[in-house]
Amino acid sequence: MDLRIGHLYPDLMSIYGDKGNVIALSQRARWRGIAAEVRPYSVGEWREPEWPDVWFFGGGQDQGQDLVGADLAGRNGESLRKSVASGAAIFSVCGGYQLLGTEYVPEVGAAIPGAGILDVTTRAGRKRFVGNLVVDSADGPLVGFENHSGRTYLGPKAVPLGSVVVGNGNNGEDKTEGAIQGKVIGCYLHGSCLPKNPWLADRLLQWALERRHTDVKLAKLDDEAELAARTQATEVAQARP
Amino acid sequence: MPDALAIVANTAGKLTREGLRVMGRGATALPGLVALTLDPDFISALSRELPHGVVCVSGTNGKTTTSRMLSDIARATGWAPIHNRSGSNLDRGVAAALLADATWSGEPRGDLGLFEIDEASLPGVVGRVRPRAVVVTNLFRDQMDRYFELDALARRIGDALAGLPAETALVLNADDPLVASLAIRKDANVTYFGVDDDAVGGNVPQAISDATRCPRCRSPLRYERVVLAHVGVWSCPTGDFTRPARDVSATKVVLGPRGSEVVIGGVLASMYDEIRVPVPGLYNVYNALAALATARALAIGLPESIRALANFTPAFGRLETVEVNGKTLRLVLVKNPAGFNAAIAALLETGRHPRLLAALNDRDADGRDVSWIWDADFETLAPAVEHAVITGLRGRDLALRFKYAGLPAEKLAVVDDPAAAIEKALGLAPAGSEVVVLATYTAMLALREALARTGAVAPFWED
Ligand SMILES: [Zn+2]
Repeated sequence: MDLRIGHLYPDLMSIYGDKGNVIALSQRARWRGIAAEVRPYSVGEWREPEWPDVWFFGGGQDQGQDLVGADLAGRNGESLRKSVASGAAIFSVCGGYQLLGTEYVPEVGAAIPGAGILDVTTRAGRKRFVGNLVVDSADGPLVGFENHSGRTYLGPKAVPLGSVVVGNGNNGEDKTEGAIQGKVIGCYLHGSCLPKNPWLADRLLQWALERRHTDVKLAKLDDEAELAARTQATEVAQARP
Repeated sequence: MPDALAIVANTAGKLTREGLRVMGRGATALPGLVALTLDPDFISALSRELPHGVVCVSGTNGKTTTSRMLSDIARATGWAPIHNRSGSNLDRGVAAALLADATWSGEPRGDLGLFEIDEASLPGVVGRVRPRAVVVTNLFRDQMDRYFELDALARRIGDALAGLPAETALVLNADDPLVASLAIRKDANVTYFGVDDDAVGGNVPQAISDATRCPRCRSPLRYERVVLAHVGVWSCPTGDFTRPARDVSATKVVLGPRGSEVVIGGVLASMYDEIRVPVPGLYNVYNALAALATARALAIGLPESIRALANFTPAFGRLETVEVNGKTLRLVLVKNPAGFNAAIAALLETGRHPRLLAALNDRDADGRDVSWIWDADFETLAPAVEHAVITGLRGRDLALRFKYAGLPAEKLAVVDDPAAAIEKALGLAPAGSEVVVLATYTAMLALREALARTGAVAPFWED
């Protein structure tokens, strides 16, 4: 069995340790004897856009974000939509999450269309949400660090990833954090997210491997260090939000 | 003479300082806060009285080492620098340094202000202190929960510098495109420094994408050599922005475990000036170049500067060493991916297999977001590590980072209590060997305090 990871815009959208998510997916595959390969996909023509089983799309600085938005408005956005339609998964964080939505509404000027893969819209906000973020969901708890001024609101096709316990999450109003739609996930959890939240990493691995393999059964790993990090981060978040 | 309000603020700050001393507390930023509360203009009121003016040293990494080098150089020429050296490098720290030096009537005893300023505070501070020179060492990602985005920050700094009088000396790293972009005014008085040895650095850009795009037109920059992250020999393919000519430059660098031998060239130096930088690592060569370039901008002669530099000793947490029971602890402060990568490059240069004591905290002074550890190159470090003892308020995140970088569990131990962590790390090290301590700022303070309790080091309160 093998795993193919496409890293979206690693030169422009890799901030706040988001690279750790790619490390987590690759290592958790390798520890189970599954070969993992990572390829970058950035601005310009993509070679083999149908190759990845799972995409990772991180956050970036504003400068990078407009370049990426413009690139996704062209053929690469179409390729990404096709890839999702053919069964690939996406994990996106912060800027990447916003760019996968239907649109981004800045404080002044016209709305900027997104890739239209997640049914979410984001509006510019004044106050930046910076701090620890603890989230509860039916599938397990999540912890990370948020740092965004955009407010994201979910449309009917997306469901929240979880509900906020500490922090602001999607918009600071409705207590939701993140979005799931099919095999596409977006969230505001930097940290990195996947190493400390191994159940989510394994969910993505499962989805990714199912694209080209049948009877995918992930072996159990020793997650003591992962859960210890999650517990410590959660305790810190509760004591010092 | 400072005005009456500044004198009152000075007196109140000094009284606070005395009070803290009586209570056995070290120098903190509290006296500075008291003075600034009474007189928000306190810093500029006292700075104006300094005959050699004020130098602001800013940038993500190397502020402390650069300003300490510059302080040694200034002292060697007979000046009396006032330096906010204890790392509390914000407004309060500057105010505290000024009032510690001033007489009770608010007259400074020193003659040169040498202020380390956080890059995020720099735009606000330069307008008030009217510096004679501003040094920017480099701009990397650091603690972005406070600083937000690097290019926005560079624009704010550039705008603030453009608002200073044209004669203000700017000392800028030519090899860092973001720093080179800070000289906006056509008539700016800039001294550039950089490294021009073809043998230094590699050809492949490292995986930290701080500023791989041109600060002017956003085209991807071309690199002939990459020294660290986005620092190197760069050019913009559209030709609208080029690496400036170096006024002070290292034309040959030979790195060694205890320091570097450097040949200095560039417009302001002669090719025959050889210097010794007595602290290891290429990043310290950059710090030395920054200090020399600033000394030139202050009209201090190169020979005096070079002599002073040869006797330099490192500061708290910057490769300082402590002897405990016949073993050596080497303290290395780390706080962001670029600084971490530079530190481990220096550590692994000589093919060593380090024994580590690593500590990660997430207080304000460390940066509350610990995500940066995933951008740092633990994958290069892990295979060389003999063993690692991990501690700190976020030690579990750090242990997880080592696990995912491939360090086997049997080489890794997490010990929450700092004193117990030191004991464990020393216990694992054979007699006569060295333990490298990699720690963020408040984590290093905690380890240092634990060492002070055992009598291994003097308590830390320099001022
Ligand atoms: Zn350009």
